[in-house]
Amino acid sequence: MIEQWFPNVDWEKMWEATYETLYMTSISVVITFILGMLLGLLLFLTSKGQLWENKAVYGVTAVIVNVFRSIPFIILIVLLIPFTKTIMGTIIGENAALPALIIGAAPFYARMVEIALREIDKGVIEAARAMGASTWTIIQKVLIPESLPALVSGLTVTAIALVGYTAMAGVIGAGGLGNLAFLDGFQRSRNDVTIMATIVILVIVFIIQFIGDTAVRKLDKR
Amino acid sequence: MKPGNRLLKEKVPNHTKQYAPGDERKEIWTQSLSVIMGRWLFLWKGSDPVIFIEQAKKIFQTKNGPVKAVDDINLSVQEGEIFGMIGYSGAGKSTLIRMLNGLETPTEGSVTVAGRTISTIKGSELRKARQEIGMIFQHFNLLWSRTVRENISFPLEIAGVAKAERNKRVDELIDLVGLNGRGDSYPAQLSGGQKQRVGIARALANNPKVLLCDEATSALDPQTTDSILELLVDINERLGLTIVLITHEMHVIRKICHRVAVMEEGKIVELGPVLDVFRRPEQPITKRFVQQVTEPEESKETIQHLLAEHPDGKIVKLTFVGVSAEQPVVTELIRSFNVGVNILQGKISQTQNGAYGTLFMQVTGDSVEVAKAVAFLDAQQVDSEVITYD
Repeated sequence: MIEQWFPNVDWEKMWEATYETLYMTSISVVITFILGMLLGLLLFLTSKGQLWENKAVYGVTAVIVNVFRSIPFIILIVLLIPFTKTIMGTIIGENAALPALIIGAAPFYARMVEIALREIDKGVIEAARAMGASTWTIIQKVLIPESLPALVSGLTVTAIALVGYTAMAGVIGAGGLGNLAFLDGFQRSRNDVTIMATIVILVIVFIIQFIGDTAVRKLDKR
Repeated sequence: MKPGNRLLKEKVPNHTKQYAPGDERKEIWTQSLSVIMGRWLFLWKGSDPVIFIEQAKKIFQTKNGPVKAVDDINLSVQEGEIFGMIGYSGAGKSTLIRMLNGLETPTEGSVTVAGRTISTIKGSELRKARQEIGMIFQHFNLLWSRTVRENISFPLEIAGVAKAERNKRVDELIDLVGLNGRGDSYPAQLSGGQKQRVGIARALANNPKVLLCDEATSALDPQTTDSILELLVDINERLGLTIVLITHEMHVIRKICHRVAVMEEGKIVELGPVLDVFRRPEQPITKRFVQQVTEPEESKETIQHLLAEHPDGKIVKLTFVGVSAEQPVVTELIRSFNVGVNILQGKISQTQNGAYGTLFMQVTGDSVEVAKAVAFLDAQQVDSEVITYD
């Protein structure tokens, strides 16, 4: 019956494209998480009234984050082509999409990290300081564990955004389900391919959302 | 050293200089004298006063200009003492208590706790010093992500205590604060009183020399407040731990403190043993605080009401302070004189240094006998006062 509804879908190609999408998404999520955490912590710690309060550092970081967060992703990819070519050696394929994916998503996640950290009860940080905790200990044992549910739900949102970004990157030659839907589906007027690619992307998004929600529920002891 | 209560009672008043309010020069002089004497004693005896605050000032720069949160405060706290600071919000008590563990640094002056000059040390030295100063908070400030055990273990992790040792210590502390069986609960599953017990256990984990209590009972209901206060007294007596607390409730001061400082606009306006302050509050603000625990029995209206209700004989107000509260003054009165005694109302409260309270009674009978009875009361260790219409 599936053959009947989706006559033009080449399942091997579909599977390969799914794999490429998952590959791009997972690698970029991991690196976005690390970069976003670092940037978010920097934003939080240098903001007013915090441990490393520093107007200049906060200002510069905030501007960089805002600029990269504001550029539409499709334009960002184009702008980053020379940069991608320098560091990845190519502008075609899944790996070539990674720099743009990460640079597009990390500032987005950094803001979410900052918001998550701001939600922490100031008194808890004060209590840790009163116990003689160093800044590193506070980051490791107070800031991260106390904001973990928000960090995870932020990462879920970011990961879902990244799935969308990979599809856009696909259109300009990065491979994956976006590429398949655009080249095989749209350009060759095979709507069934486009619909199938959409269904697979939806499944991926639902799975990510489910994992994220479950993790948050398990982590939140409040 | 584990100073017992009696030792404290004898020791504390010696260091406490009463000073006339309004005479600022005398006030500063006596405060400074008490600090100098304290320091001298410290050098001499090696251990007695555990906290010195010398000419501490804290000025915050705000949009509306500089604000003096702490204004030239001199203070010393003895080892094993429960010292209370009372004031309304904005009086500077919160800033002052935060200076004791370096969460605030004084703009001027110095703060010394357990032999370390908190106001000047920084970095790892300050962190080390903080491990010897426990602190509990109004809103408990527990980590919701950690269980009771893990919360209590946190300061031990910071101090680098090995895991086996940590577990042992946590067991002891859980037992000390009476939370047996709740070790694996999360803070969200505990009541306010239980949360504060966790806070206390956590503050005691590294065997601190001083425990700071920042409005520790202000978020609790009266009954829970009392049980937490009892726990604090118990810890003070068992471990000889010095406790400094700030509060806006005179009830807390009355219940557990040995000495009290009344703060207003960044200054200490009155300082002394709790009983003395209760008996003879000098500043209007102190009188207001003392009324918190004596009201409504002594309000003007009730007294007027009593006079109107009992026109014959004399109405006498007895103020009991310290030991005399236990003496059977009234029994003695009835036995020795041919008078009728009618107790109208009264209230006796227990403080750390003895009982404090007032008793209103009507003394009736032959006017000569009544006069003799009143003279007898005057001779007792009881403040008596014959009340008449204003």
